[in-house]
Amino acid sequence: MAARPLKRKKRETLVAWSFLSIWVIGFLVFTMIPLFTSLYYSMSDVVLDGEGIKVSFVWFENYKQVFSSPEGFNFLKSVSDFAIEIIFKVPIIIVFAIIIAVMLNQNIKGRGFFRAIYFLPVIIASGPVINQLIYQGAATIPIIEEMGILGFINSTFTETLARPISNIFSELIVILWFSGVQILLFIAALQKIDKHTYEAAMIDGAGPWESFWKITIPALKSMVLVSVIFTIINLATFSENEAILHIKNNMFALETGFGFSSAIAWLYFIALAVILAVFFLTFKLFTRERGRR
Amino acid sequence: MMKKITKQKIKHVILGKNINEGLLGKTAIYLLLLIIGFVYLYPIIKMFAYSMKDLEDLVNPTVQWIPTKIYLQNYRTSWIVLSYGKTLLFSLAVTLVPAILQTITTSLTGYALAKYKFRGKALIFGLILITYLVPQQVYMIPRFVLFDKLGILESAWSIIFPATFGQGLSSAIFILIFYQFFRMQPKALDESAEIDGASNYQIFLKIGVPLAAPAYITAFLFSFVWYWNETYISSLFIGSDLYTLQLKLLNFSSQFNLSDGLTQQAVNEAIKYSATILIILPVLIVYIIMQKWFVEGVDRSGITGE
Repeated sequence: MAARPLKRKKRETLVAWSFLSIWVIGFLVFTMIPLFTSLYYSMSDVVLDGEGIKVSFVWFENYKQVFSSPEGFNFLKSVSDFAIEIIFKVPIIIVFAIIIAVMLNQNIKGRGFFRAIYFLPVIIASGPVINQLIYQGAATIPIIEEMGILGFINSTFTETLARPISNIFSELIVILWFSGVQILLFIAALQKIDKHTYEAAMIDGAGPWESFWKITIPALKSMVLVSVIFTIINLATFSENEAILHIKNNMFALETGFGFSSAIAWLYFIALAVILAVFFLTFKLFTRERGRR
Repeated sequence: MMKKITKQKIKHVILGKNINEGLLGKTAIYLLLLIIGFVYLYPIIKMFAYSMKDLEDLVNPTVQWIPTKIYLQNYRTSWIVLSYGKTLLFSLAVTLVPAILQTITTSLTGYALAKYKFRGKALIFGLILITYLVPQQVYMIPRFVLFDKLGILESAWSIIFPATFGQGLSSAIFILIFYQFFRMQPKALDESAEIDGASNYQIFLKIGVPLAAPAYITAFLFSFVWYWNETYISSLFIGSDLYTLQLKLLNFSSQFNLSDGLTQQAVNEAIKYSATILIILPVLIVYIIMQKWFVEGVDRSGITGE
């Protein structure tokens, strides 16, 4: 009896690694090598020209430059701006996506039609059209400016807080555009709920409000974390994101160059990891509290 | 007594027994969905209306939304400029193939993480998150150098290979999606299959995959759309001789001048919009086909007694 669980454990490990093997091979070849190369570049002076790449190792010069040059300062500012912005945007997007997903999952007429429309942001927001929309100003609501909401926000909050909040109001439509994927993720999660669960709850005397909080929300909980991660990274790596623009522009810039660009990209990665960790811990705290209730 | 019942009935008609059944709730749902849906539909309608305009309509300020006549020449022009048939085939090669392969690989990875306990699981999770957090600009040039050495640059393989091995576009998020879906599956099913003598791989194929149908469809759809829209990596890796539809759209003006038999025309907004519509269309068609399965896959996954 004692030998069997051990054998089973060993077998499970083997099976698990066999499932993982393709990813592991891919990681070692296609990701780990480039990552180490890039880390090396970030500590080097890199010159890219027609003939190829010339690399000379300079230790932490590039990182020092980030914290001492105006370009580095601009980059750091864009990262901190993004961090504040994301704290507001993520909850808005998640709550909005859940509401829409639940509505689309109702037994409504023309559900296929609505679901097709709500797939459009998935297509548009990752494509070239979204940039056109933002440039043309089609993504803003003129009413908000006309009603003086922005002025009100600027006068009531301190500058660091006022900017992200007014940004959110002026980018409300953009936020809608970046919710498409999350909506679909929540719809997929809702499909897993057995309809009988609702019926059973109703027979037991649960109202729609209780059903929503006790059946729907717990079923969506697992996807909330995935959606949070997706939302942060999607906004962080969006091609028009300020920090990403800094990374891209410095790649072939004369005074800074590819080494510097790699260095700020790695710093950006660290910042994103910290942001994600904060969200993750908040989520853990929040769900534990609800579980205890 | 009678009064009370009628009152109750009226209440049910307006508010419903359930939020979604009453008139009030229904109206609110339809209204919200329509308003927000309009925001999403607006640019598409605008592009579509524009794409039908000929030169006269374009300069005519009184023609805003509805063109004076149905004018399809713009579509013919962009069809030629994009060399649609040929480019579509190549686009599908670097979209459909990586999307399918990436979905399979990431589902295997997510399954292993969700169903088995093993040493190094935390490490794998950490690495997966890192691959997602690192901006693609970090490894783009090193990957370029690597692919150059492997000799897969300037071909569809440079897109297909990373996807096959789960290192493609946003692979990590698909692994997480699959992880969550497989984790939600009842263990009792796997155990009963195991008692019946099924191997781990049989359990995966016969129980895991069918029950995670919505996850597979979601992952495939996202993967497809993202590969379809991708231009940043593909412009670097695919090179100068091969084009996807999006890459052609990106360089539409120069492509336009290169095309034969269009010299008498100049490129305008209407032609560009018609090209955009032509590029969005295949994705929409794929979605509409997949969406049917989205709902069907669900009915099969109903498990009772859990």
